[in-house]
Amino acid sequence: MPILECKALCKRYGNVQALDNVDLKVEPGRVIGLLGPNGSGKTTLIKLANGLLTPSSGEILVYGEKPGPETKAVVSYLPDRGYLAEWMSVKQLMDFFADFYADFDRDRAMEMLLRLNIDPSMRVKAMSKGTREKVQLILVMSRRAGLYLLDEPIGGVDPATRDYILETIIRNYNPEAAVIISTHLIADVEQVLDEVIFINSGRVVLQSSVDEIREDKGKSVDAYFREVFRC
Amino acid sequence: MDWNFRSDLPIYSQLVERIQQAIASGALPPGTRLSSVRDLAMEAGVNPNTMQRALQELEREGLVYANRTSGRFVTEDVSRIEAAKKARAEVLVRGFLEAMNKLGCSHEEILALVAGKKEEDNADS
Repeated sequence: MPILECKALCKRYGNVQALDNVDLKVEPGRVIGLLGPNGSGKTTLIKLANGLLTPSSGEILVYGEKPGPETKAVVSYLPDRGYLAEWMSVKQLMDFFADFYADFDRDRAMEMLLRLNIDPSMRVKAMSKGTREKVQLILVMSRRAGLYLLDEPIGGVDPATRDYILETIIRNYNPEAAVIISTHLIADVEQVLDEVIFINSGRVVLQSSVDEIREDKGKSVDAYFREVFRC
Repeated sequence: MDWNFRSDLPIYSQLVERIQQAIASGALPPGTRLSSVRDLAMEAGVNPNTMQRALQELEREGLVYANRTSGRFVTEDVSRIEAAKKARAEVLVRGFLEAMNKLGCSHEEILALVAGKKEEDNADS
C-alpha cells in the first residue's frame, strides 16, 4: 500500500485553484523532493496530507485512510514556519513531544542536540532563527514515524548544518517510511533524493527518479528544474 | 574516497565508477569487507537506495559479492579486478585520445608528449 496517495485531489481558496486534479503515490522507502516555484501548491499539498486543510474535491489518503487522529500519529510534520512556544526550553519541548507522540525517541533527539551544540536548557525565546529551525527539525526527525513531511527544512540554516541535516535523513533512513521534502534548494538535496515531484500552478508536471532525469536529460535535477520553470 | 559528483551523469553510475576505481587501485584490496549500505550512503552523502543500486551493479560485474549473513566483500578473483581495471583504463585512454585529436595532435605527437612527460616525472622523483 502506498504511504501517501492523492486521487483527483483539488483545493480551491475562493477563486484560486491551489491544487488541480493531483494524482500521485508515494511508496515506502522513498525520499522524495517536492519541488516547484513559489505559490505552486507545495505547502497546500503538505497541509492536506496533515489534515490541516480539507480537499475541495478528490481524495488524499495516508496509509489508505483519510487524515485524522490515526494518521497524525504516524505522520511527522515540519511546518514552514516556527510553531514552538517561546517560553519553553528544549527539555520541555522534548517532554511535550514525548507526551503527544508515542513514537518520539528522546535519545535520538539528545544525540542530535549535542551534535549541533544546542543546550537542552535553552529557551526558544533566546534562540536565533537558525537554532529554532534546527530544534524544530530535530524534534520532528526524532519521531519514528511512517511519513515525514518536511516543508522547507533547510532554508534557514548554514551549509554545515544543512549537511548534517541531510546526513541525519540518510542515517534515519527506514525502508518502511517515506520522507517528503519541499524545497527550493534542489542542488543541496538532490543526492539524497530517490524521486522528485515537480509541481506548478497546482498540477503535478513530473514524478521521476533523480537518476532517470540525469540519464535522460544529461543534466542535474537542479539544472532541469531551471529549464522547466524558466521565468 | 572522493565523493564529489558530476551533475550531468546519474549518481549511481558515478558511485559504481568510484568504487571500481578503489578496487582497481587496491585502495579496497581483494576480500575487503565493505561497510553497510547505510554507512556507505552516509559517507558519500547519497540516498541509500542509490548506493544499493550501485552495489548491485558491482555484484553483477563480479567485483563485489554478497554473503547473506556477513555483508558484502570485494572479490578475491584478481583476474576479474585486472579485467575491470583494463576496461576502465581503455575508456580513459579513448577519452584522452579524443580530446588530443580535437586539439589536432597526431598519434606520434601524442606518444612523444607522453614519453616526455614520463621522463620529466622520473627526473623529478
